Amino acid sequence: MDLMQILHGLLFDYTLRTVALGTAVLGLVSGALGAFALLRRQSLIGDAISHAALPGVVLAFMLTGVKGPLVLMAGAALAGVAGVLLVIAITRNTRIKQDAALGIILSVFFGFGLMLLTFLQRDPDARQAGLNHFLFGQAATLLEGDVLVMTLFGGIALGLLLLFWKELKLLAFDRDFGASLGFSMQALEVLITLLLVIAIVIGLQAVGVVLMSAMIVAPAAAARQWTDHLGWMVALSGLFGAAAGVAGTAISSLAGGLSTGPVIVLCISAIAAFSLLLAPNRGLFWAWQRRRRQREVFA
Amino acid sequence: MSASLEIQLIAVVVAAACALPGVFLVLRSMSMLADAISHTVLLGIVLAFFVVQDLQSPWLLLGAAAVGVLTVSLVELLNRTQLVKQDAAIGLVFPALFSLAVILISRFARGVHLDVDAVLLGELAFAPFDRISLFGLDLPHALVTMSAVLLLNGGLIALFYKELKLSTFDAGLAATLGFAPALLHYGLMTLVSITAVGAFDAVGAILVVALMVTPAAAAYLLTDDLRRMLLVSVAIAVASAIGGYWLARLLNANIAGAMATVTGIFFVVVFLLAPQRGMLAIANRRRRQRMEFAQSMLAIHLLHHTGRPESVEESRVEHLAQHIRWQPAFAGRVVRYAERKGVVANENGLLRLTEQGRLVAQEAMMN
Repeated sequence: MDLMQILHGLLFDYTLRTVALGTAVLGLVSGALGAFALLRRQSLIGDAISHAALPGVVLAFMLTGVKGPLVLMAGAALAGVAGVLLVIAITRNTRIKQDAALGIILSVFFGFGLMLLTFLQRDPDARQAGLNHFLFGQAATLLEGDVLVMTLFGGIALGLLLLFWKELKLLAFDRDFGASLGFSMQALEVLITLLLVIAIVIGLQAVGVVLMSAMIVAPAAAARQWTDHLGWMVALSGLFGAAAGVAGTAISSLAGGLSTGPVIVLCISAIAAFSLLLAPNRGLFWAWQRRRRQREVFA
Repeated sequence: MSASLEIQLIAVVVAAACALPGVFLVLRSMSMLADAISHTVLLGIVLAFFVVQDLQSPWLLLGAAAVGVLTVSLVELLNRTQLVKQDAAIGLVFPALFSLAVILISRFARGVHLDVDAVLLGELAFAPFDRISLFGLDLPHALVTMSAVLLLNGGLIALFYKELKLSTFDAGLAATLGFAPALLHYGLMTLVSITAVGAFDAVGAILVVALMVTPAAAAYLLTDDLRRMLLVSVAIAVASAIGGYWLARLLNANIAGAMATVTGIFFVVVFLLAPQRGMLAIANRRRRQRMEFAQSMLAIHLLHHTGRPESVEESRVEHLAQHIRWQPAFAGRVVRYAERKGVVANENGLLRLTEQGRLVAQEAMMN
């Protein structure tokens, strides 16, 4: 298959187009919101949220008996928010540091979810293959309805991001100044965390619990190297995420048998590695060259 | 030995082996690094498997340990470039290596008993089927491996206890004394990697983190003594292992998941009820402080008006609400508190400062 065929497939093959659209939306939203997480040094909170979502997904199914994306996503979002709140409660009230709090929440929530999942699966009537997808994601099974839901919620998240742009910018760069202007920084923290939860939840079905955090961190880390301007960084980060989604979908459809999630993660990691090495100004390669030139001038 | 007993024994050994290095992870703020390692060791296992083509080979442990150290070095390398912060560096490195491992497995290791679900989730219930004979004894493979890991962890921590303790609490001093903190750091991370590989068969990668971090964090809230913290954390981990086994049996669910759930329950109980650092203790302390402060206010107020013509009016309980601007209910609580402490005496709704109350008021005004 050559490039034209891939493009043709992405445009005209129904399944492939749906999957590519879905992963692009997911990449865009998680990339844009990941930029804020990175700047606020909260990169790993995405990892905790995505793991914490698992029991929410299973409980939502157990309580309602419905496997539709809306119900499962609502469950995932609620559990994700509960996880973040607990991380905050632990770090605020005890001497346990954030990394340990994140570790506790992600592993205990995940273990609890796993216990519930296996508890469900022993019942042969309710063998819930759909729930398993949340572990590693199953981008190939995305349907038009799923993509529609993802787009809707992703759109809402991005809309809110734009609406509160100025305030969130203050939160990211100068919290105290923002507070002195009379903005409720705590409310904004809640807002940005909620948006992050939305981004993660819409990605779970495609990339899975385990790898979702990469979609938050890597696009943002890549974008950070290219610009010092927040607007550009968020846009680039979203763009990188979306590009990795589409490229990962195309590659995994070419090489049959590769699950899409890990391929997407490798794509975004490659973009991040390239940016770290070669981005103008900040890139490691240029820094190395600069140092060599300075040494020559000095000698 | 029955299968049930064997599973519990394995669970206990795994839990203890994880809890020991976990204490240092929590104290040195490296929990998420351990999370990263517990994922990336999969890559080491896969690569070593490609070379030796044997899933039981000890080379797999070595490969995994090597990739664990590679993970730590990559994170540190990225961190040192100052292009990204440490948390972002962790978030960049481990998904990439883990994805690589998943793809390698699905591409080249199909049909082999090496599937990603098992690596991540573990299935302790199957552990007794995989047996090995040692010194004429027929033992479960996982029990032998994890006992070795437990001995290694316990032995090395005992051997380097002083060094670990110093470099954990005062890295600067440890470096000045020539303890090579970097060496200890990488040594600890190698231990974590080996533990993660040994345990992943039994409990899976993500739950290794639960057993490492959660009991240690709970122990951290219970004691200030490192030796005691190690003991408490092992005790909680072992109790979680046994409790988790029975919970899983009750629900017919995954044992590792149930073990993680029980560690979580232990943590919540400690978080709420720990004698000094628990939420309940904190709330109690805050309430007591508020009462003490209010009592001082009350004593000062009464002292101020003692012997003055308005003293009758000012000493009325109902009046306090108006004068010090307390809610009537709060004023009532303060008066009862002060009465119990013998600071004031209530004579038919009129408050009189006792001798001790006078002292309280004077002391409060001195400060």
